[in-house]
Amino acid sequence: MEGSQFQRQAANMRKTLFDQGYLDEQFIQLEELQDDANPNFVEEVVKVFYRDSARMIRNIEVAMAKTPIDFEKLDDVMHQFKGSCSGIGAKKVKGECTQFQDYCKAENAEGCTRTFQSLKQEHAILKTKLENYFQLTRQC
Amino acid sequence: MMMTMENNNGFSSPRSDAFPAGLRVLVVDDDPTWLKILEKMLKKCSYEVTTCGLAREALNLLRERKDGFDIVISDVNMPDMDGFKLLEHVGLEMDLPVIMMSVDGETSRVMKGVQHGACDYLLKPIRMKELRNIWQHVLRKRIHEVRDIEFHEGIDEIYMTRNGSDKSEDRHLPSGTDPISGKKRKDVDNKHDDRECNDPSSVKKVRVVWAVDLHQKFVKAVNQIGFDKVGPKKILDLMGVPWLTRENVASHLQKYRLYLGRLQKEKELTASFGGMKQSDITSKEPNGNHCLQNSVNKQCDLTSGNHGTQGNKTILQNVDFKMHEGDMKCIAPMPMAEPKKAMNGDNSDPQKSSNKKMGVNHSFGQLGSDLQYATTVPKQYSWNEECSETQMNRECKPHFRPKSVFNALPLTTLPQNIQLDYIRPRLPLNSRPSSLERDNKLAEADMMPAYMKSRSQGIGQLSPAECKADRFPVQPGSKSTNVQGLKSIPSAVWSMNNHSLDQILGGCSESEDTSLNMTCGTEFASWDGNLQCGSLQGDFQPLNVGPETVESFNYGNPELTSEVPTFSYDSLKFDFEYPFDSMEYPVIDQGLFIT
Repeated sequence: MEGSQFQRQAANMRKTLFDQGYLDEQFIQLEELQDDANPNFVEEVVKVFYRDSARMIRNIEVAMAKTPIDFEKLDDVMHQFKGSCSGIGAKKVKGECTQFQDYCKAENAEGCTRTFQSLKQEHAILKTKLENYFQLTRQC
Repeated sequence: MMMTMENNNGFSSPRSDAFPAGLRVLVVDDDPTWLKILEKMLKKCSYEVTTCGLAREALNLLRERKDGFDIVISDVNMPDMDGFKLLEHVGLEMDLPVIMMSVDGETSRVMKGVQHGACDYLLKPIRMKELRNIWQHVLRKRIHEVRDIEFHEGIDEIYMTRNGSDKSEDRHLPSGTDPISGKKRKDVDNKHDDRECNDPSSVKKVRVVWAVDLHQKFVKAVNQIGFDKVGPKKILDLMGVPWLTRENVASHLQKYRLYLGRLQKEKELTASFGGMKQSDITSKEPNGNHCLQNSVNKQCDLTSGNHGTQGNKTILQNVDFKMHEGDMKCIAPMPMAEPKKAMNGDNSDPQKSSNKKMGVNHSFGQLGSDLQYATTVPKQYSWNEECSETQMNRECKPHFRPKSVFNALPLTTLPQNIQLDYIRPRLPLNSRPSSLERDNKLAEADMMPAYMKSRSQGIGQLSPAECKADRFPVQPGSKSTNVQGLKSIPSAVWSMNNHSLDQILGGCSESEDTSLNMTCGTEFASWDGNLQCGSLQGDFQPLNVGPETVESFNYGNPELTSEVPTFSYDSLKFDFEYPFDSMEYPVIDQGLFIT
């Protein structure tokens, strides 16, 4: 049956996301919150996250374009962003955030730039994967 | 940003029967992701959730819906206002428990939260199980409030008894309610609400919401009186708000002091803690006694800081207490407890006012009022700008009377030793049986404030001898020595804990050797000393208390007779140490009275 096939695919995909370190325990927390009252809760939260994180990324870009770079402010903004990532369990993205913050503390502009690129990449990759995943689950 | 309301009418009242279900929570976070998550989590806990994305919005909402919320959860980093500021406002104006959240779990930040009065500090990512139990903060606060009410009522009762006039507006004889259950016998603010609930979880004292204009009147009155002389009654009189009670003012005053003290402390955070002006005080006084006295007074004034999270009203209770002509002489040799800013504030003010009220002439009165709370924090005396060392000194000096002797009071500086010498007037013991309960409550109440009610356990040492002047500015000497010198001082060791009211009741009654352990606030070491129920206040001696009892309060007072029940201080454990800068700040409030 299609349903069960999708179910299996969704389950596999989900497992992969965890195994490959894209998601962490927080994602499970979200899943547990999902119920009849909010059947698409996880997807909704992820949507909210991506909407808001786009804004935050823009802020970081603006801050990084300044000269000289205000590392403290940058660290602050990234801190906020990291907090948000922790909400959906975006593990890899969170890792990049931490790395970025380390470079901020070291006032290493180049390190920050590199990490930021990496961060944006992970951020985008996760978005795609999750979108695919949700699509699958909707078909179950 | 967004504000969503769970219930249609928006002004729901708590479903007391289903507590904690229906707990009305206000969540404040600028992160929409977390706002959504928290909302869902809280809803799953069967709470009524309102979300808010901006701090100012949250404040407006809180002000609009007075009594519309039970607890506030807020993120520390808000774009429009510092989360800590919001925390303070909520504490000052609404007196609601506030939980802070942050991604940052650094100790310093957490400490700051606690210092600002947060009742808890959660780290993101937050698990649902952490939110399930937030109702405990609400309940705890209510229980403390009830105790405060009872305390006040007890004081009023005594006051009325003594003076034959009912000075309290809405006082009711305290009944022997179980403090543990937090049964609310009478709503102090009964003007606003006559609800009475038997269910502690549903106990809901009508809160006075300190709106901006009301607060302004308050501040105006405070400034008019002079911060160092301020006391709830004076403020109340000046404010001229008919429906406001002294308790309301007292509790607000406590918070205000906390707030100001915090401001002050922040300025001086870098100063060494050892910089207590104790030496100043000491030098000004013939002996450290006055300091003790002051601290005692302060003790009385001190209410549990609640601080933290919830500013206790106990401190203010103390103040009120003092106003009662020393019926309850709270002789708590409490060094200015700096950490508990509230204390300081309270100390300075109530002390003064109480002194005046209590017949300063009395040695005991002196004691109370002159007690200086030595705080380890440099600025300990001044919780707010107005409070200054001089103030403390002032307090020490003027009120120092040779008679009252806390001479021997060891004024060592113990960061968080709080010794509360609470001397209960014997009166209750002798008068009527029912008064015992009151007394106990009173004692409890006294103790509570002094011991920082916020702590559930606290031991108040009520003997002057036991005053560990750890924080005493007067003498940073060894506490133990001094204490021992106070042998003749009868002391009531009150270690009151939530469950020991009955104990207290039993213990208080005419038993000199009863070891009442009133654990007020967790910070108090347990005193093994004997509990003497008796009032040692000069003029306020209960009928049964003979002069010797009175004398006992005079630590080193030559006037002390040896008939004072001997208190074996040796057994007292004075070493109740508080980390000065511990994170239990709010809680510390109670425990900061170190004498």
